[in-house]
Amino acid sequence: MGMEQLVEKYFRPGRLPHIWCPGCGNGVITGAIVKAVDKQGLSKDEVALISGIGCSSRSSGYLDFNTANTLHGRALPIASGLKMANPALKVIVASGDGDCTAIGGNHLIHAARRNIDLTLVVYNNSIYGMTGGQYSPMTPKGSKATTAPYLTIEPSFNLLDLAKAAGATFCARATTFHVPLMVDVIAKGIAHKGFSIIECVSACPINFGRQNKAGTPAKMMEWQRDHGVMKAAWDKMDEEKKAEAIAAGKFPIGVLFETNDVQEYTEAYDEVIRRAQGGK
Amino acid sequence: MLKLVTKRCKGCGICVNFCPKKVLEVTEVGKCAIIKDKEKDCIRCGQCEMRCPDYAIFVEK
Amino acid sequence: MSRVLLLQGNQAVVEGAIAAGVKFYGGYPITPSTEIAEQLAARLPQVGGKFMQTEDEIAGLGAAIGASMGGKKAMTATSGPGFSLKQEMLGLACTAEIPVVLVDVQRVGPATGQPTSPAQGEVMMTRWGTHGDHWVIVVSPSSVPECFWLTIRAVNLAEKYRVPVIILMDEVIGHMREKIELPDDYSTVETVDRVRPTCKPEEYLAYGTTEDNMVPAMADYGSGYRWHVTGLIHDETGFPKGTPAGTVNALNRLHDKIYNNLADIVTFENYKMDDAEFAVLSFGGAARTAYEAVDMARAEGLKVGFFRPITIWPFPEKEVKELAGKVKGILVHELNYGQYVLEVERVVAGKCPVTLYGKYDNESATPQELLAEIKKAMGR
Repeated sequence: MGMEQLVEKYFRPGRLPHIWCPGCGNGVITGAIVKAVDKQGLSKDEVALISGIGCSSRSSGYLDFNTANTLHGRALPIASGLKMANPALKVIVASGDGDCTAIGGNHLIHAARRNIDLTLVVYNNSIYGMTGGQYSPMTPKGSKATTAPYLTIEPSFNLLDLAKAAGATFCARATTFHVPLMVDVIAKGIAHKGFSIIECVSACPINFGRQNKAGTPAKMMEWQRDHGVMKAAWDKMDEEKKAEAIAAGKFPIGVLFETNDVQEYTEAYDEVIRRAQGGK
Repeated sequence: MLKLVTKRCKGCGICVNFCPKKVLEVTEVGKCAIIKDKEKDCIRCGQCEMRCPDYAIFVEK
Repeated sequence: MSRVLLLQGNQAVVEGAIAAGVKFYGGYPITPSTEIAEQLAARLPQVGGKFMQTEDEIAGLGAAIGASMGGKKAMTATSGPGFSLKQEMLGLACTAEIPVVLVDVQRVGPATGQPTSPAQGEVMMTRWGTHGDHWVIVVSPSSVPECFWLTIRAVNLAEKYRVPVIILMDEVIGHMREKIELPDDYSTVETVDRVRPTCKPEEYLAYGTTEDNMVPAMADYGSGYRWHVTGLIHDETGFPKGTPAGTVNALNRLHDKIYNNLADIVTFENYKMDDAEFAVLSFGGAARTAYEAVDMARAEGLKVGFFRPITIWPFPEKEVKELAGKVKGILVHELNYGQYVLEVERVVAGKCPVTLYGKYDNESATPQELLAEIKKAMGR
C-alpha cells in the first residue's frame, strides 16, 4: 500500500495538515508507525497509541487507533495500566526525547525493567521543540539552545544503552533518512513480546537547526544519512575505529539488541493470578 | 503520475533535494511543484513520497 | 449472610474496593496508607484483578487511569507527600473524565511531618490541589464500617459521573481496628458501572452529551470504539478545541455534571440535631470525638447536636445554610490550623457565630477537650 492509501486508512479524516514545522521529522516517524502497523497486519481496533506531551506526542491525535495524548513524560505509566487492563491490545507509546528521557526518565527505566509488552517509539530531535528550543538530555554536548546560550555542558544519554541496562529486551535505532529501516525495526518492535524501544533520530530544523546552523531540513537529513551506520558495518569496526566514529558523531542503526529470554510482565502477572487462586 | 496535495505542503524542500531527476521545485508561494515539462523525467523512484514529512506528494499508480 | 471481623480502616477500604468491583490498583508504599497496597496485592489477583507497584506516586495514579481507559475499575492510595505528587494526574482524570478512586490517608505535614500521626491538613488540597478549575468528589469516613461502604460508594460515584473520587481518611481511621460486619457475598452489594456506548462505533462521539445527561458514555479501549483522550480542552469529539466558547462549554459541563446532581452526591449525618441550639461540625477522624462530647454536653443539659458532612466536597452548602438558621452557633472541629472552617464561614455568612477548634499536635482531641471548647463557644 502506498502512503496515500495508508494515510486514507490510518489517519483520522480532516486532521491534516499536521501542526509540525516545515521539514520536521515527526511526520516521517508517524508515517513509519503506520507502515509498521500495516506491515504487521493489525486492525485499528487492536492498536493503542499513547503519547506524552510535546511536538511528537501530537501524533496520537492524527491516527485512528485507540489514542491518548496524556501528560508530559507520563505516557508509559498510563500505557502500562492500559496494557495490564487489556493485554490483547498492541500498545505503542510515542514520546519525544525530553518527554521520554528527562521528565519521564524514571518511567522509562522501570517500564524497561518490568519488560512489559509496550513498543516505545522515541522521536529524538535532540531538543525541546514545542517550547522553543531548550536543551534536552539528548542534546549533543556543545550544542546551542535557548537555555544554553553559551553551549550545553551536559553530556547526552546513549538512550539505547540506558534502556538495555534497565532491562529492555528489544533496542533499535533508525533515522528519518533510513525510512525502510525505521519501518522494519518498528514492525519488529511491535512483534517483539516484551518492552521494545526504537530510537528514531530526527531533525528539528527550526528550533535546533537554526540555533546550531545545521542548514536546511534536507541538509539535516543528509547528516543522518552520513552519520547513521548500519549495525553490520558498525560491528566490523575495531574498538579504535568505533571510538573515532563516535567522536565524529556517528552511531549504529538497526536492531542493536534483542533477547527473548525474559518473561513478559503481563504474562508473569497471569502466574501471580494463578498462584493467588491456589494454582501452581 | 505525481500527485501533490498542496494544502498539506509546507515547502520544506526535502523532496526537491532528494529527487534524483530534479523534477521538483519549491515555488515563490512556498509550495512544492513540478517544474514545467519535467514530469516526463520522473522515474517513479518514490524518494519524494517516502521522505515527505507532510504526506503531500505521492507517486500514483 | 454476613461475617463479623475486626479490621483496620485501611483493610476495610480494600474489602470495599473488592466488593465494588475494583480490578486494578497502581501505587507506591507510603505511611499510613501502605496496608491498602499490601492487602490489595493479595486480594486483587484472587478475584482476577491486578496489582502493580509502580516506580513512584505519579505512575501509580497514571497506571490506574490507563487501566480505567482499558475498562477496569481502578484505584490508588497515598498520603501527604504522595498526594502532592498525584495532583498532576488528578488534573488529567478531571479533564479527560476518567473514573478513578484515590485514597488519601492523611498524616501530619507538610513534608515528612509526622507520618504515623493523624491530621486533616489536606482538606483544601483535595478540593483545590490540582491545577486549573476542576471539580471532584471527596468523601470522608469516620469509622471502619464506613470505610467499607464509602469505598463502594466512591467507586460507584466515579463510574457514574466519570470523575476522580477521593476518599479522604487520616491516620486514626486508617489504622484503627474496629468491629465490622461484611456481607458474605459481595455480589449482593449494589455497584455501578460506567455507561458504555451502544451506538454504532462510527457514530460514537466520545464526549457527546445531552442536556439531561451530562456524563458521556465511555468506551473501553480496544472495544471497537476508537476515541481520543487528551488533556487539552476538547469538544464533544474529544479533539482539542481552544476557542473561548469551546473552553467555557467544556469547563461548564465538568462543573455542572456534579453540581446539578448534589442531591445524589452530597451525604451527611445529623446526630442529636432535632432540638439542638448549638452544633458541632466535624468529619473524618476528628468526628469520632464529637459523638461523645455531644453526649457529655447533653448530660449536662446543654442542647448540643452534631452535623457530620460525609461528602465533604462538594460542600454541603444547602445543609450548612439551614443549620446556620437553626442554631445559635457552630463549632468546627478539625485536625488542622483551620481549613474547612473557612468554607463554613463563607456559607454561614454571619448568620450565626462560627468558631474553630483546630488541633494540630499529632493527637486526636479527647471528648473532654472538645466539650470544654463547646462550652467556651457557647459562653458557658
